[in-house]
Amino acid sequence: MGFFTRSKQNISPDSQKREVPDGQWVKCKECEEIIHVKQLELHSWVCHKCGYHFRIGSEEYIQLLFDKGTFKESNKKMRSVDPLGFVDTKKYSDRISASIKKTGLNDAVRTGIGKIDGNKVSFACMDFKFIGGSMGSVVGEKIARAIDKAYDQKIPMIIISQSGGARMMEAALSLMQMVKTSSRLARLADAKIPYISVLTDPTTGGTTASYAMLGDVNIAEPTALIGFAGPRVIKETIGRDLPEGFQRSEFLEEHGFIDLIVERKDMKEKLSHLIGYMT
Amino acid sequence: MNSNTLDFEKPINELEKKIEEMKEYEDNLDIREEIEKLEEKVITLKKNVFKNLTRWQRVQLARHPERPYTLDYIYLMTEDFIELHGDRTYRDDKAIIGGFAKIDEYKVMIIGQQKGRDTKSNVLRNFGMANPEGYRKALRLMKLAEKFNKPVITLIDTPGAYPGLEAEQNGQAEAIARNLLEMSRLKVPIIVVIIGEGASGGALGIGVGDRILMLENTWYSVISPESCSSILWRSWDYKEQAAEALKLTAEDLLELKIIDRIIPEPLGGAHKDHKLMAVTLKEVLKEELENLVKVKPEKMLQNRIEKFGKMGAYTE
Ligand SMILES: [Zn+2]
Repeated sequence: MGFFTRSKQNISPDSQKREVPDGQWVKCKECEEIIHVKQLELHSWVCHKCGYHFRIGSEEYIQLLFDKGTFKESNKKMRSVDPLGFVDTKKYSDRISASIKKTGLNDAVRTGIGKIDGNKVSFACMDFKFIGGSMGSVVGEKIARAIDKAYDQKIPMIIISQSGGARMMEAALSLMQMVKTSSRLARLADAKIPYISVLTDPTTGGTTASYAMLGDVNIAEPTALIGFAGPRVIKETIGRDLPEGFQRSEFLEEHGFIDLIVERKDMKEKLSHLIGYMT
Repeated sequence: MNSNTLDFEKPINELEKKIEEMKEYEDNLDIREEIEKLEEKVITLKKNVFKNLTRWQRVQLARHPERPYTLDYIYLMTEDFIELHGDRTYRDDKAIIGGFAKIDEYKVMIIGQQKGRDTKSNVLRNFGMANPEGYRKALRLMKLAEKFNKPVITLIDTPGAYPGLEAEQNGQAEAIARNLLEMSRLKVPIIVVIIGEGASGGALGIGVGDRILMLENTWYSVISPESCSSILWRSWDYKEQAAEALKLTAEDLLELKIIDRIIPEPLGGAHKDHKLMAVTLKEVLKEELENLVKVKPEKMLQNRIEKFGKMGAYTE
């Protein structure tokens, strides 16, 4: 469930910018095309040449999916309190402060209510850039509350996942967030309120093994890494190389765990249509 | 000395061996008094050693190869056990076992991870590491229990869900996620007991319930100390520190309000006296069942969701 398995691929536009001198150009990881950031934004942060989906965060997804000006964020100030006083090579409390400073976010998920083509939905979107998108108490609590909002207001729930799994520095408390969120989804399901899960690169560990896999419809972005165990752990366990495309969106669709793969530019329209069928 | 002996158990086991030897000569020599003195000494020694266990030592005890496993508890504390196999979809996962059993007057569904005792049985049981079909079998049996209104008891003892190629292909994450959702709305009482290792999602996959209990010398966390060490310290050498940082013992989890109760083990650990351990657990389970069957199902489900809803720490 570690979040340190981040690979060199799919580096966020932010960090790739630094590699290019004037900061306005980024290089596509797949085809090495040099793209201007304005052009990239215009194409939903997808390479116009090869279709590679750059990793983006909650801010970009909110911009992509919601009708302009309709999204209202909740529980913005919620923060972790380092319940265990966890120290490894660094203090967890220092990691949190550093991440808050670096990302401008308070934790790895943002939640709120907004409109998608006029449909009111409760929404949660994770941010990988905040401690690997790891799920601790704050992520669990905010997602649980967002599900409760969907339940109380009888509006669809949409969660965009992007996470290395449960947050180690909150140990068993992180693990329990898997139950906290899944049990709220059970209640939502009993009330016949739709839940759509969108899995983006990467979604692994305890996040996949809870809310990310529990959608009435599970959508993945193309070629996203999706799994329970990380590829390195599996490779070490079985002692051989993993097949091409293993644990990618297409592989999961093939094996029956993803309903459909949707390119980012079509995401809003697909979500909107699905909501239409399920309400 | 037994090769399974842990370092901190050595002085205890040496003394116990000495007592055994002396007992052989007891009839011929007048050494009754000496034996009694040594027996007292060994109890004091055990108490001292076990009073000051580190978290890592608890992890070692939880993994002790002579500890009672799920099947041992089933044989020692239940009657008329009928094992039920398979997930009705793919195959029978031998790392998780389950079936109907009687605990005195209570008819229950009992489900647990099963470890092996030697190479052959460990291969069969996959070291207690379940594949998706194991979690799906567990869920099928829980639904069966729900259909016939029987309480569910799960015994957790796993180093983790199996991180294999087929496991991923067959939806390890989906299987665990499904169990979390379904267990949180299962309309019969569920009692969860950590009897050994409670590693991460693999443990949690059968770990949602109304009462969460831990035996005294067990651990439960999001990751094993070794893996935590390798990821956060980037070395396998910090497992002791990782165990401390993770706060993974029964005492820690009771304090964090994640578990409801600690079940005491025989002095020296559960492996020292399987029978006594099983009797203790049986009495606790009966007490818990007696309380749970009185609660109305709707109330019970509401309590269950609220119980997990309270877990976590944050500020806003
Ligand atoms: Zn490209």
